[in-house]
Amino acid sequence: MVDASVNAMAGPRGSKPQRRFSSRNLMLYGTLIVVSLYYILPLWVMVMTSLKGMPEVRLGNIFGPPLEVTFQPWVKAWSEACTGLNCDGLSRGFWNSVQITVPSVILSIIVASVNGYALINWRFKGSEVFFTILIFGSFIPYQVMLYPMVVMLREMGIYGTLTGLVIVHTIFGMPILTLLFRNYFASIPEELFKAARVDGAGFWGIYFNIMLPMSLPIFVVALILQITGIWNDFLFGVVFISKADNYPMTVQLNNIVNSVQGVKEYNVNMAATMLTGLVPLIIYFISGKLFVRGIAAGAVKG
Amino acid sequence: MATSSRGARVFRNLNAKIAAIPMIFTAVVVFAGFSVWTVVYSFTNSKLLPKANFVGLDQYERLWSNSRWLISIQNLMIYGALALVFTIVIGFVLAVLMDQKIRFEDTFRTIMLYPFALSFIVTGLAWQWILNPQLGIQNVIREMGWTSFTFDPLNNPDLVLYGLLIAGLWQGTGFVMCIMLAGLRGIDEDIWKATRVDGIGTWKTYIVVIIPMMRPVFITTLVLVAAGIIKLYDLVIAQTSGGPGNASQVPAMYVYSYMFQAQNLAQGFAASTMMLLTVLIVLIPWAYLEFGGKKNG
Amino acid sequence: MKTWKLAAGLMLTVALPQAGFATDLEITHWWTSGGEAAAVAELAKAFDASGDKWIDGAIAGGGDTARPVMISRITGGDPMGATQFNHGQQAMELVEAGLMLDLTDVAEANDWKNKIYPPSLLDACTVDGKVYCAPVNIHSPEWLWLSNKVYNDLGIPVPTNWTEFVATAPQVEAAGKIPLALGNQPWQSNLAFGAITVGIGGLELWKKVNVEKDMEAAAGPEMAAVFQAAADARKLAAKSTVQDWNQATNMVITGEAAGQIMGDWAQGEFAVAGKVAGTDYTCLPGLGMNAYLSTGGDAFYFPKLDDPEKEAAQKRLAALLVSPEVQVAFNLKKGSLPIRGDVDLAAANDCMKKGLEVLASGNLLPTSDMVWSPDVQTQAGDLMVEFWKTDMSPEDAQAKWVEILQSGL
Repeated sequence: MVDASVNAMAGPRGSKPQRRFSSRNLMLYGTLIVVSLYYILPLWVMVMTSLKGMPEVRLGNIFGPPLEVTFQPWVKAWSEACTGLNCDGLSRGFWNSVQITVPSVILSIIVASVNGYALINWRFKGSEVFFTILIFGSFIPYQVMLYPMVVMLREMGIYGTLTGLVIVHTIFGMPILTLLFRNYFASIPEELFKAARVDGAGFWGIYFNIMLPMSLPIFVVALILQITGIWNDFLFGVVFISKADNYPMTVQLNNIVNSVQGVKEYNVNMAATMLTGLVPLIIYFISGKLFVRGIAAGAVKG
Repeated sequence: MATSSRGARVFRNLNAKIAAIPMIFTAVVVFAGFSVWTVVYSFTNSKLLPKANFVGLDQYERLWSNSRWLISIQNLMIYGALALVFTIVIGFVLAVLMDQKIRFEDTFRTIMLYPFALSFIVTGLAWQWILNPQLGIQNVIREMGWTSFTFDPLNNPDLVLYGLLIAGLWQGTGFVMCIMLAGLRGIDEDIWKATRVDGIGTWKTYIVVIIPMMRPVFITTLVLVAAGIIKLYDLVIAQTSGGPGNASQVPAMYVYSYMFQAQNLAQGFAASTMMLLTVLIVLIPWAYLEFGGKKNG
Repeated sequence: MKTWKLAAGLMLTVALPQAGFATDLEITHWWTSGGEAAAVAELAKAFDASGDKWIDGAIAGGGDTARPVMISRITGGDPMGATQFNHGQQAMELVEAGLMLDLTDVAEANDWKNKIYPPSLLDACTVDGKVYCAPVNIHSPEWLWLSNKVYNDLGIPVPTNWTEFVATAPQVEAAGKIPLALGNQPWQSNLAFGAITVGIGGLELWKKVNVEKDMEAAAGPEMAAVFQAAADARKLAAKSTVQDWNQATNMVITGEAAGQIMGDWAQGEFAVAGKVAGTDYTCLPGLGMNAYLSTGGDAFYFPKLDDPEKEAAQKRLAALLVSPEVQVAFNLKKGSLPIRGDVDLAAANDCMKKGLEVLASGNLLPTSDMVWSPDVQTQAGDLMVEFWKTDMSPEDAQAKWVEILQSGL
């Protein structure tokens, strides 16, 4: 899939070029523009709603731009929105998500890259069997493994903590990442590895001196994949975090929006929703084509 | 002699083996072991805490006579079938459109793919707001003068699945489009030349020649999308919470609710075992096609 | 170096007694609506005033969302200082597993046995003769809340019971209002059905089915009539689309809906909105059909913490929650009834007075939380939410309901 996605970056090969204003082109661009509207609409509505005051929201024109722009909803969503008696807004969830995402991403990428390296260059008896189980395991619904996981973390004394959640993310991110690194390392010429072996370099020496420097692009892809995936997680946050204080941003967002005191403040809700989506969106827009490679790589294919 | 050679075998590659411990642990203990544990305990009557008190198929009998579970399964099948067909058809058609040497290809792709970067929670909440009957689309169109216009899927038990579908497709079709586009670009230029020489029309070429050639891409997409659908949870939680009534319940919610809310672990285990079974039904034929065939060839 | 150590030692001895008394306790609960939050603030105030510190652990989304979190924290080895449950069977297994603190000495020292009224509340906290929870209030779920404004605008008298309410519903509907507001969460459907059971079927029927667990009565014609009444009621709620109970209450407050079947905690929402019982809204205990109350409510449980200081603070909190002053302050805000007969609720409003009257008359029932396990409650909730929101026939619903009750025998 990685190779195929590289192809996706190659030029289009469809049919021959067309004259500019042919009816075919009108149809083509017309369809693409209509489709694009469907994709853009929710983002537009979210942003517009979040910039209106409540009286204007109640007018009911969700598509219209705000008559009077206010950033109050964003301020409120970030620092004042309440869950229970705690009214410090989504900022708490944001920092929790940072504390969850950063170590999870680092740990999972280290573990998976070493896995991939061992699987390609240091095969041992049974290594392929373990790898196959790992890949098949990625299709098992998480629900099947949730409770035993709770028991395991409880026995380790880290249930409900951020550490516990980091381990959970590392475990469940392993199949895709391992596959990603394994396929990438497979494309590095074996002669390099053999030459290093002759020079007497060992497992870690080759990993740090040869493999790591050669595979920066795939680390970036893995980084994008993991940051987005872990930031967006909801289920693990609900199950494995037990203190409302420690909830990741997605969980806190759902709590703020779907349980209300008094009147629903749609503008604040939308600002909160945008805030939660901001991190993956920024990653997406700055990473551009690498993101496409990342998700295409995430599409498990041996 | 024998022991020393075995010892040597164990110690060979020792660093690699140590480094692979997390992987071995995940594969054997978590993926295999935990799944087996859950299946085994689904035959008990565990309530709040797991207890090895076996009661045969009781949990499954109860599961399959529970109307919330039956609704969940039915919803998953309807939503799943629609989502599969629509994601793949839309994804493919968009990929074909994108493959026509268009200008601004990067812009269009950026627009179609950005929802995939967003979580299901964000997706669900955004669409919940757009579909809000008092202030959302329905109201906008009514204000435009069509006062009898009704589009309120999230509060109509018969339409709620379509409300979820609109959001689900919004989030996921861009991704499928990218995979399909990669597949299209992977097809040899010579094929196109040959069909042009034979005078076969563009659309006919896609249907008759290209689609069969892209079979592996389609199958992979199918498996990926299907595996995602079975896990469907966050989107429903955010957008409808399973309502109105039980009209948008899904199996993953049933599992959570019995495992953690009703204090009936074994019932939750039985439900998750059924989810596992569903995945196996999708996965085994695929694995057979993918890997079984290679051995013969 | 030596002097530094000495100074540190001195500091320690000076600081210790205070630290020993001012203990932080994290208390989890699911009281997050406006009225509820105001009531919790009273508890926190009282606890802080006594020298300890209340660390609030509110969990939003109602009991069904909060309980799994609480339970998994207790069973997962990360217990809080105290936690709310509805007393009854919700915490039973936790007590049986030895995870909860025995409060018997607190109960004896404060004479809970004679002070707590009705005694069934303490019974629900008692397992094998030991007390495991401190009840804080009595809640009865079977109230009908009506918007006086809706009826005044229509020029018809405010209904005085369920039958009149149903009879006037077509007029309410014709005026473009929703007759009955009902949130979408399963427990609310369950609650509405329970209220209709007692309202239509009467006390005896409820007891026969739920306390004596007479399955023939559950499948019998009297219950069939209840299901029929519920089927009629669901038509009145057809246009209600909200999720949370307080959103439904808000519909009654704003006059968007004429009525809601909800527990007496709804009163806290009316109070926060500045509405006056009797003039702005009307409350009918037992739906105005049977003047009775089911004496459920909230109680605090205290997980074992293996820390003598914390344990002492837990016991101080337990005693405090039942004390007369806290009972008055808390229940006035919460809109619930106090758990002891010896406090003065002169400040009580119309609705609470109605409740107190019924309480004094002794027309009392246990709640379904006390008689059925959470498993049965969840199943019944699932069934009821389906029944209320679809056109499932009353006969089918009754058959399924009996099956569910049987699974809990």
